[in-house]
Amino acid sequence: MKKLMLTSALGAAALVVTGAAASAATLDDVKAKGFVQCGVSQGLPGFSNPDADGNWSGLDVDLCRGIAAAIFGDGDAVKFTPLSAKERFTALQSGEIDVLSRNTTWTMSRDTQLGLNFAGVNYYDGQGFMIRTSMEINSALELSGASICTNTGTTTELNVADYFRANNMDYELVAFEKADEVVAAYDAGRCDVYTTDASGLYAQRLKLTDPGEHKVLPEIISKEPLGPVVRQGDDQWFNIVKWVHIATVNAEELGITMDNVDEMMAGDNPSVKRLLGSEGEFGAAIGLDNDWAAKVIKAVGNYGEIFDRNVGPDTPLGIARGVNALWTKGGLMYGPPIR
Amino acid sequence: MAEIHSAADIAYVRREMLPEQEAPGSSRGVVAWFRESLFSSIPYTILTLFCLYLLWVIVPPILSFLIGSAVWTGTDRAVCATEAQGGIQPNGWFGACWAYVGDYANQFIYGRYPNVEQWRVNIVGVLFFGGLAGLLIPSVPYKRENIIFLSIVFPIAALILLTGGDIAVDGLYIPLAVLAVLALVVTYAFAKLSDSDPLPGLKNVAALFIGLFVLLFILGFDFGLMHVETEMWGGLLVTLVIAVTGIAASLPVGIALALGRRSALPIVRFFSIVFIEFWRGVPLITVLFMSSVMLPLFLPEGVSFDKLLRALIGVALFSSAYMAEVVRGGLQALPKGQYEGAMALGLNWGQMMRMIILPQALKLVIPGIVNTFIGLFKDTTLVLIIGLFDFLGQIQSSYSDPTWASPVQAMTGYAFAAIMYWVFCFSMSRYSMFMERKLDTGHKR
Amino acid sequence: MAVTDATGNGSGESAPKVALLNNPEIRGWVFQIILAILVVYLAYTGWANMNANLRAAGIASGWGFLGTNAGFAISQSLIEYSQASSTYGRVYIVGLLNTLAVAFVGIIFATIIGFIVGVARLSKNWLVSRLATVYVETLRNIPLLLQIFIWYFGVLRLLPQPRQGFDFGPLGLLNNRGYFAPKPVWGEGGIFIVYAFIAACVIAWGVGRWAHKRQMATGQIFPSFLFGLGVIVLLPLATFLALGAPLTWDIPEMGGFRPSGGMTIIPEYIAMLVALSTYTASFIAEIVRAGILAVNRGQTEAASALGLRNGPTLRLVIIPQALRIIIPPLTSQYLNLTKNSSLAVAIAYPELTSVFAGTALNQTGQAVEIISLTMLTYLTISLVTSLFMNWYNNRVALVER
Repeated sequence: MKKLMLTSALGAAALVVTGAAASAATLDDVKAKGFVQCGVSQGLPGFSNPDADGNWSGLDVDLCRGIAAAIFGDGDAVKFTPLSAKERFTALQSGEIDVLSRNTTWTMSRDTQLGLNFAGVNYYDGQGFMIRTSMEINSALELSGASICTNTGTTTELNVADYFRANNMDYELVAFEKADEVVAAYDAGRCDVYTTDASGLYAQRLKLTDPGEHKVLPEIISKEPLGPVVRQGDDQWFNIVKWVHIATVNAEELGITMDNVDEMMAGDNPSVKRLLGSEGEFGAAIGLDNDWAAKVIKAVGNYGEIFDRNVGPDTPLGIARGVNALWTKGGLMYGPPIR
Repeated sequence: MAEIHSAADIAYVRREMLPEQEAPGSSRGVVAWFRESLFSSIPYTILTLFCLYLLWVIVPPILSFLIGSAVWTGTDRAVCATEAQGGIQPNGWFGACWAYVGDYANQFIYGRYPNVEQWRVNIVGVLFFGGLAGLLIPSVPYKRENIIFLSIVFPIAALILLTGGDIAVDGLYIPLAVLAVLALVVTYAFAKLSDSDPLPGLKNVAALFIGLFVLLFILGFDFGLMHVETEMWGGLLVTLVIAVTGIAASLPVGIALALGRRSALPIVRFFSIVFIEFWRGVPLITVLFMSSVMLPLFLPEGVSFDKLLRALIGVALFSSAYMAEVVRGGLQALPKGQYEGAMALGLNWGQMMRMIILPQALKLVIPGIVNTFIGLFKDTTLVLIIGLFDFLGQIQSSYSDPTWASPVQAMTGYAFAAIMYWVFCFSMSRYSMFMERKLDTGHKR
Repeated sequence: MAVTDATGNGSGESAPKVALLNNPEIRGWVFQIILAILVVYLAYTGWANMNANLRAAGIASGWGFLGTNAGFAISQSLIEYSQASSTYGRVYIVGLLNTLAVAFVGIIFATIIGFIVGVARLSKNWLVSRLATVYVETLRNIPLLLQIFIWYFGVLRLLPQPRQGFDFGPLGLLNNRGYFAPKPVWGEGGIFIVYAFIAACVIAWGVGRWAHKRQMATGQIFPSFLFGLGVIVLLPLATFLALGAPLTWDIPEMGGFRPSGGMTIIPEYIAMLVALSTYTASFIAEIVRAGILAVNRGQTEAASALGLRNGPTLRLVIIPQALRIIIPPLTSQYLNLTKNSSLAVAIAYPELTSVFAGTALNQTGQAVEIISLTMLTYLTISLVTSLFMNWYNNRVALVER
């Protein structure tokens, strides 16, 4: 009996060390293990959501697939770790994941105090309010005295506080740990208002009993640039994540799509050739092959394709491009040149 | 009384017994039972009527929801929504949507475990429940073999089947070899210093390490199974993995702690008490928070645990403190004579515990262990707060599926969860009571 | 593990002459020193790793955050709290008070329900005892978290929207934003009523002691319970009237979204309270039943032989003896209830785990400080409760002669 216990205890101890080892050079680790470990949400339609078979899809998921494609040429060489708002930064800090792509707002304190780096913005969001149509309210300024449901652990809680304070309005905050419970409580009538990032509102509205009875108010009360996050102190990996996103944006601007990559590569446009690697040695500078961007586009398409596929007007979410359009079309998506 | 009184007065004493009388009609039969147990006095009658009213208020709506108005078949939300909500049911309808539960049954049991690989989970389930049944039913023979199976073969088999095996253990061979040499040296030195024959000790240690090397080899062996990450696990699978691992890990640790707490060695006792009281004094949810956000910070850079494994560590630490107290109860229940008898036979502390005390004490606390397990089984629901999908968590997460979204969906899910948990826990508690009665006979003092 | 390891090495065959390590005392110390070194080493490694990790990741640490402005709102607070100016330290206190508020009231309800159900299980009325059994077996075999969800979402669905809510007039309003009760507003001199109440309690206690002594000495009975009750009710009441009834009620009124004014009892609190007290009551019921059954039947018979009626038998003979058996497990149920109140994090009741280990942790990111402080707080509550209950237990324990 005694020996059995000892054996099982040591066995358990041995298991403990099976976790992935993360060191300074994330790219080497990723190459060694053969996949990218990507932190995503626990289920937010359009951004990172698993289907019934456990396949992930969404805007944030496609970014991870793009990174995997840039490294391995295979958009499926990626594993997803669903994380709560609370766990997400610890998971990245401890090396459990390589990149966090989980509709995370870029703020100064997060960028500077948590040992993290934001590698760009793949969705410009802002916090909005959702209410029942039957309430006959058309502006957030009429919400004084309302009960407001939201998640803890996000910037939304502080934004709503600032907004109501600035407008001298009173409110009751009901803050839940998980998004599913916020939706359930709002649906059950606990709150008049549900607030989170506008994109989240559109996504969560699909989960309500009767989505048609709810509307999103026009006011956007905060800036929520959402983007991928990496650990501080590994510039190579930081660059890879940053440029994978930029490549998708530039590809849209240059008219490169998933289908015409090969044609474009053979074309004459020098910008296209530099991006797709038929000219110059830009891939080598970040430790990848020169056709890294071509692999990304082949796997997930350009930014416009990613957007339309996951959250665009033809999806259940039906979000317009708005500020997420290219800078040439009046939006904020602006990719630095590759040269 | 009156008879005795009168006997003294008139000097008459009855000589023969009176003929036996019929039992009074009012104390037999159905009517009498009703009178006796329901309407024996005015307050009782009021109480009975009140209870009947309570039953009338509570039971019919529940039955109507669960059975009467329930929907058993269907393919989407339309069958479980009223016309006003865009469905086919008449307005005002309120019933359980079992069709939704049926549609999701697979996910409730396996989580997102790939469909084609679910046979692996099934095998683990059969091995576990088969082994457990053999262990729990007193009349089944081969208990010893069964324990060895459940404590050695089963965990390894389950680990490999569930994860897919082929675990990266290459880096562990050399540290283990160093450890083995070290242990052999220490054993030898210890035996020499205590003037005893080093051979048996060396043999034991060598056997242990050979076993560990074999274990490492098996864990690292590629059986050709697909790797399934724990993120894909969910539902009943996760609930059982957490509860069973928690209880299995807490048993040895709990025994060690219980022995430590009753030890004569002050430092050992101090550490044991601090450990036990600390974990017993804090809520499980803070332990889970700790293991999910704080534990990663305590590990050396570069080492990280799987999320499920972190929760398991938290649960195991927590339940081992409770287990320690259960075992301590068993140790205290043994008469002092057992200890004294063992010592009189010249057994040392280890032999006394192994051969005399623990076998008796552990037998005594089987009901307590089962009760701890029931508690743990219920407490596994808490892992949904840290974002793991246990049975309840999986049910909750299915609420976000628009295919089945309807006002009765959540109620149905919760009702289903409640029924399932109830069946599990109630049968376990009955088993614990059965064992208690069975074990009771030998230990009347 | 360490324990078995040492015995494994130490199970040496009995040696004829006593070597150094065969001296059990020395052996014990060697073992203990090894253990202590191991524990200290582990603790040190963990600590060093943590510091290294925090430094490497550039995460802020220290307790400075307790003094900074929190900036978020809390839906229930027993003390003054404003999102504009209150600090994280204040958030901690608000959370702690909310925990205590639900735990304390929950304990009272759980005890009452538990005693009623426990006694009902022993009732000779078949229906009553069966109902009590069903209650116990149902509630304690379903996870508490699930019960909390059921109560919470059940309560929310059952209660109407604020505009269609129940209006009890002067008794307040009830809807799915909570129960809005009238709030007493004390005028001039209200504090004297509190003084009067304290004085009444002291008097009642003194008279009770005196009556007890006199009964012990002379056998004369003084109705000290009735007297005490009378003093506690009448003295504050008299003071209240003498001061000219300085009390007005702030009665809640329906506002735009939810009623304003009065005191609010939020639905999360109601759901937590109901779930905690009914769940714990099912355990207390079993404890009470076991306690009463454990009192020897001869005690009842002896009491009736002495001519005691049913009430005094229960009050003077059965309950004092049953209490001795009931109190230790009852203590652990109270502690369980307090610890279980942390499950409120799932339904947004703003108690310690929810606002401090939840929101505050997420806003500051200082996991180590916040989780440690939270755990230490629960530990302190647990230890204080057990100390108090041990003290009480010692008081009622049988004095063996």
